[in-house]
Amino acid sequence: MTSSKTTKQPRNATGVIVLADGKVIWGKGFGAPAKAVGEICFNTSITGYQEILTDPSYAGQIINFTFPHIGNVGTNDEDIETVNPASRGLIVREDITSPSSWRAQKHFDAWLKSYNLPGICNVDTRAITRLIRDGGAPVGIIQHAPDGKFDLKALHDEAKSWPGLEGMDLAKDVSCTQMYKWDEADWVLGQGYKKQTSPKYKVVAVDYGAKRNILRCLAAAGCEVVVVPGHSSAEDVMSHKPDGVFLSNGPGDPAATGKYAVPMIKTLLEKNMPIFGICLGHQMLALALGGETTKMNLGHRGANQPVKDLTTGKVEITSQNHGFHVISESLPKDVEVTHVSLFDGSNEGLRVKNKPVFSVQYHPEASPGPQDSHYLFHRFVENIRKAKAA
Amino acid sequence: MPKRTDIKSIAIIGAGPIIIGQACEFDYSGTQACKALREEGYRIILINSNPATIMTDPEMADATYIEPITPGVVAKILEQERPDALLPTMGGQTALNTALALAEDGTLERLGIELIGANREAIEMAEDRNKFKECMDRLGLESARSKTIHSIEEADAALEYVGLPAIIRPSFTLGGTGGGIAYNKEEYEEIVYSGLDASPTTEVLIEESLLGWKEYEMEVVRDKNDNCIIICSIENVDPMGVHTGDSITVAPALTLTDKEYQIMRNASIAVLRGIGVETGGSNVQFAINPENGRMIVIEMNPRVSRSSALASKATGFPIAKIAAKLAVGYTLDELKNDITGGRTPASFEPTIDYVVTKVPRFAFEKFKGAKPLLNTSMKSVGEVMAIGRSFEESLQKSMRSLEKGLTGLDPMPVPNADPANPESFTDALLAAVALPTPQRILHIADAIRHGISLERIHDTCKYDPWFLERIKNIVDAEKDITKKGLPTDREGWVRLKKLGFSDARLATLMNVSEAQVRKARTTHKVNPVFKRVDTCAAEIPSSTPYMYGCYEGDGINEPESEIDPSDKEKIIILGGGPNRIGQGIEFDYCCVHASYALREAGYETIMVNCNPETVSTDYDTSDRLYFEPLTQEDVIELIKAEQESGKVKGVIVQLGGQTPLKLAHPLQKAGIPILGTDPDAIDLAEDRERFQKLLKKLKLRQPPNGLARSAKEAEDIAEEIGFPIVIRPSYVLGGQAMQIVHNKTELKQYIKTAVKVSGDDPVLLDRYLKSAIEVDVDALADGTDVYVAGIMEHIEEAGIHSGDSACVLPPHSLPAETVKEIEQQTITLAKALKVEGLMNVQFAVRKNDETGVLDIYILEVNPRASRTAPFVAKATGVPVAKLAARIMAGEKLADFKGMLKGMNPKHHAVKAPVFPFNRFPGVEPLLGPEMKSTGEVMGLDTDVSHALAKAFLAAGTRLPTGGKVFLSVKDVDKEALAPIAKELADIGFELVATGGTARFLKEKGLKVKRINKVMEGQPHIGDAIINGEIALMINTTAKSSQAVADGTNIRRLALMNKIPYYTLLTAANAAVQAIRAVKAKEIEVAPLQSYFEASKPAEKPESTTQKRRKTA
Repeated sequence: MTSSKTTKQPRNATGVIVLADGKVIWGKGFGAPAKAVGEICFNTSITGYQEILTDPSYAGQIINFTFPHIGNVGTNDEDIETVNPASRGLIVREDITSPSSWRAQKHFDAWLKSYNLPGICNVDTRAITRLIRDGGAPVGIIQHAPDGKFDLKALHDEAKSWPGLEGMDLAKDVSCTQMYKWDEADWVLGQGYKKQTSPKYKVVAVDYGAKRNILRCLAAAGCEVVVVPGHSSAEDVMSHKPDGVFLSNGPGDPAATGKYAVPMIKTLLEKNMPIFGICLGHQMLALALGGETTKMNLGHRGANQPVKDLTTGKVEITSQNHGFHVISESLPKDVEVTHVSLFDGSNEGLRVKNKPVFSVQYHPEASPGPQDSHYLFHRFVENIRKAKAA
Repeated sequence: MPKRTDIKSIAIIGAGPIIIGQACEFDYSGTQACKALREEGYRIILINSNPATIMTDPEMADATYIEPITPGVVAKILEQERPDALLPTMGGQTALNTALALAEDGTLERLGIELIGANREAIEMAEDRNKFKECMDRLGLESARSKTIHSIEEADAALEYVGLPAIIRPSFTLGGTGGGIAYNKEEYEEIVYSGLDASPTTEVLIEESLLGWKEYEMEVVRDKNDNCIIICSIENVDPMGVHTGDSITVAPALTLTDKEYQIMRNASIAVLRGIGVETGGSNVQFAINPENGRMIVIEMNPRVSRSSALASKATGFPIAKIAAKLAVGYTLDELKNDITGGRTPASFEPTIDYVVTKVPRFAFEKFKGAKPLLNTSMKSVGEVMAIGRSFEESLQKSMRSLEKGLTGLDPMPVPNADPANPESFTDALLAAVALPTPQRILHIADAIRHGISLERIHDTCKYDPWFLERIKNIVDAEKDITKKGLPTDREGWVRLKKLGFSDARLATLMNVSEAQVRKARTTHKVNPVFKRVDTCAAEIPSSTPYMYGCYEGDGINEPESEIDPSDKEKIIILGGGPNRIGQGIEFDYCCVHASYALREAGYETIMVNCNPETVSTDYDTSDRLYFEPLTQEDVIELIKAEQESGKVKGVIVQLGGQTPLKLAHPLQKAGIPILGTDPDAIDLAEDRERFQKLLKKLKLRQPPNGLARSAKEAEDIAEEIGFPIVIRPSYVLGGQAMQIVHNKTELKQYIKTAVKVSGDDPVLLDRYLKSAIEVDVDALADGTDVYVAGIMEHIEEAGIHSGDSACVLPPHSLPAETVKEIEQQTITLAKALKVEGLMNVQFAVRKNDETGVLDIYILEVNPRASRTAPFVAKATGVPVAKLAARIMAGEKLADFKGMLKGMNPKHHAVKAPVFPFNRFPGVEPLLGPEMKSTGEVMGLDTDVSHALAKAFLAAGTRLPTGGKVFLSVKDVDKEALAPIAKELADIGFELVATGGTARFLKEKGLKVKRINKVMEGQPHIGDAIINGEIALMINTTAKSSQAVADGTNIRRLALMNKIPYYTLLTAANAAVQAIRAVKAKEIEVAPLQSYFEASKPAEKPESTTQKRRKTA
């Protein structure tokens, strides 16, 4: 790859990627004529690009899609995980095409423009994936300039000076700032999202960047859902008189978010509150229990990740998106490892013995991805039922 | 839980001969299963009648039964072998139906054999339309509105319920035989009738039409702990209405939102659970209404299938191998994914970062009278798969892989459409786009070229707009090139090549030579890079070199290649491309054997092929695999890339049929060494004039012949050599467009319609040798020594294509001195042609009317692998293809002395062909010089008549042992019919015959009943056939059109009613011998290994004593 110091630029290039180490990759820009800096990660899902781009866990990241054709089915108002996309931009192999789906409402390119998201295509995304796989997720900057004018040095400087995800509390950027109630439930073909009508239990969902489908799954499982900001205190949470507390997914370094999340969770643990955590929520719970987290060499990002439930021996195919993980060995004795990744043996779930508390690293709400693990929401509700009956 | 230890031995049933709907994908899956289970230490008993398969190689199983796959014969084998379990899911519908029959008649229970992989209830529920629909209802999944009927009387009510157009699907048939779509009442009744007939349970399903809906397939694997994974989603580019085997398909699905995809994923898993497939791979098919996403489950196959082979090749996940291991108790998390070198477990879902396109290949041109229209009954004979980094690249690669003369989306003229008249031209184009034909996608490209809007095209053909837009992308780029010329910089070249354009296509567009395009491209240093198929989109490093070529980069940076060539000495083997009539599994067998043999000899073996059904494209057959089109551009590029490191010793082009042979010259020109026989020798054998000279020099005899470069020349030559004449174009395989012409008028007609005759495309004319016996010989030679590996005497006389003729090894009727002389002539020819490797010679033996001696004529010599090579290897126990490869790599025959055992005189092997006539309504089921068979079977026995009987039975002919035999032969055959008729009468058949034949036989003192010809009025022979009164039919026809037409009708009736019929007396005579033999002594079974026990001790001592034991 050329470096940012050489000026050779292909004719017609309207997009560029400059990595913090100075590598330059040319392509064609699409989406918003803008630039974006962030950590470049890859996702191996074939479907669900709209859900991925709106997943708050991708805050601070530029997504390199491994599947070449992205945008085939356009976008619609249903397949979103937050109102505003959290990821910063995207890299794809092929040109964005016209949408072909009865569900499409907008051209993908127009949708990206409306959220000011830039993208680069005609790039060897497999080569970038291999780069990430072998050397870790690099910081990079992408720019879409329709006039083909790029200041490579300035771009390189900007990439170099970006601090990186480690130590970054991105959760606060994507968390809600005020509490709100959630009553949208599961999606049914031909009917759209159902409304939740008769909730059985009240659940407070702590929002570190929650995907909407988690809230939908909770609602569909019979919970009245109250969403509160990520830095809510235990008193704030308890003021809603919840039957259970849910700790959401979210972006960034768990250690940074843990500073305010851990004390709150510790208090809830003392109260024997039923707790369920997903992704960053899982990491927060682990930290509160005395465990440790660390950045992975190679994050898990895709919709094909096998996880083994050690309690049943069964395999679930899961949707995952994380670059940090919980170190199983760091967990105290009263915490049981319940799920492991069949890819690398890393921790994928835990359960506190004698408490109605459990969490998973992966995304049982899927969206996008397989729905093999939806049962966990019912397990949470069952825990609440038992706790109330006790 | 690890594997089961309560079972020790497992029987596996193969799929039998290659037929439409069941091709070499089942050799691929069966071979994987045998290997997977053997490495677990189970004793494997394999049953398959197809000698051209890798799975029937004696090393693949402990006991290999090349015996007919019928419940009766399989029961005998099971009785003899007493396996603990039977795995019925690897051999397609044939294995499943056979296993089901053995379960139903209590055989399995009686012998204490457990069905593994799929149980009886699951098979029944998946196969029985009604039970399947009930199951879907229980699961809350929608199925198409439908009604099952068992008689024509119920048809009206069913139609009222589902409406027109209606789909008719017969139960328990393969690839939808006998089914179809009816648009009007008349068609409806016709198809219902044929469907009821085709169904072994006289049952058809009348179903609501989902024409134009999108069609999808999901490949699912499940283990005994209920872990389920999706291996691959497949989207059909051709919408509902075309059988998925005949559709252009892509992987993965490209036009679904995640929500819709997950609904389908959940549904597929629910279907497996609902049907009760406990372990293994299954395929679930869906239709989706493009207007609202309404999803309907169409069907499921509780076994590995053509689609699972495709999914395996498309993703790198070996479904059959894993399914076999799951069947013996493993779970997915216990098994490794070996494409990543075991870094990942088998329990993850493969994801891909490329687009795979599969395109079927058809053979309508072989079946005069068959309309090239596609429907729900499968008609394709093969397929290609192409991998690209975009749909465009993948599609264009698949088009040139097909070997139909396409270089990409070449224009396809619509007959009678006049481009000068724009309006009618548009109508004609749209009419072509509306019809589901093999070339529809090319008509679509033409319609786009002609400026017809994508909306109109979509309305006409219902292709998803996404695919149409991609095709337009290619067409637009073509327009750009024709306007602006070829790119002038690297960036422009990269952009163009990324769309999948071949140099050849660009050359056509620019009206320059392919070499010029290549030169322009390489001047800018634009070459493909090679990426790996790794099941995980590069997330995890893969150690398996399963590769495809593509173009990458921005024109500035060097594109990344993952080829990583080794520094070893390597040999490249070019495969045979798509299966077609005349070039099929036999050549893949040879390529696979070459790879095995050269690997053993220490070379790195590199396979190149584009056929997803084959064993050759299994990533662990060779050291390295390139899934690439077999064109000079693609092949030369990959060889150049391999030459970057290590030494390419050479390329083997002689084993994959005509496909790689065509590349010999371009490869040589590119400085790439060709191993084995010099391609010039192949040319010499093909070049009439040079060959004639050679034969004269060798004092060998040829039928009078000549070569014509114009119509006039042809007539002159015909005059000189005399009619009848066998005429054919040069350089063809499978006797394409070959015909026997009897007079000048027919000759003129042939030249006018069948071939292009010109200076570059001459035609060959041979005097047709009437009533000659044809003999096929396969030999091995190393330039010095020659080993005659097999001499096969044909049953049918010369003039019937050798691939369509049954043959016997060793010869059963020729005198020893004639055989000796044939052997001698073969040796002379091999030496003269300096053959290094395999050679096939076809001889004709004919009694000289004047001298009374048997004259030997040479019909054809091919210094390359032949269709009979695997048969010879199985029959004689000499691995001829392996030895050929070793010789090509430089070893000598003398090095393999111990392996050259000669033709075993203690047993006989019979090869019999299998025909697809039942797939093509209205086609004359007559044999001729153009090959029509799709596959073959082998009958093996110590007694030639029993070997014949086994071969007939394996080929699907249920020879009767009594009843009425219908005889009607042309005058010249009458004399020869008499002894056959007499023998039939002797063994208890009643003779019925048409007027002339009856009179003749009565004069010979036989008791015959006369029956009317069809044209003589009812009740006639047609009625007798329909009424089931006829058990056997012998019917030869004079070449007059009325006689043929009259004959066609009754031959097709016999075909549709599954009555054995013979159109040649030689074949009829063989059938009578077989019937006599079976009447005298029941068929016995023995493993292939037992025939060669003298040279190799039996692994199971008791099998020697058991093998001849007659069982009930």
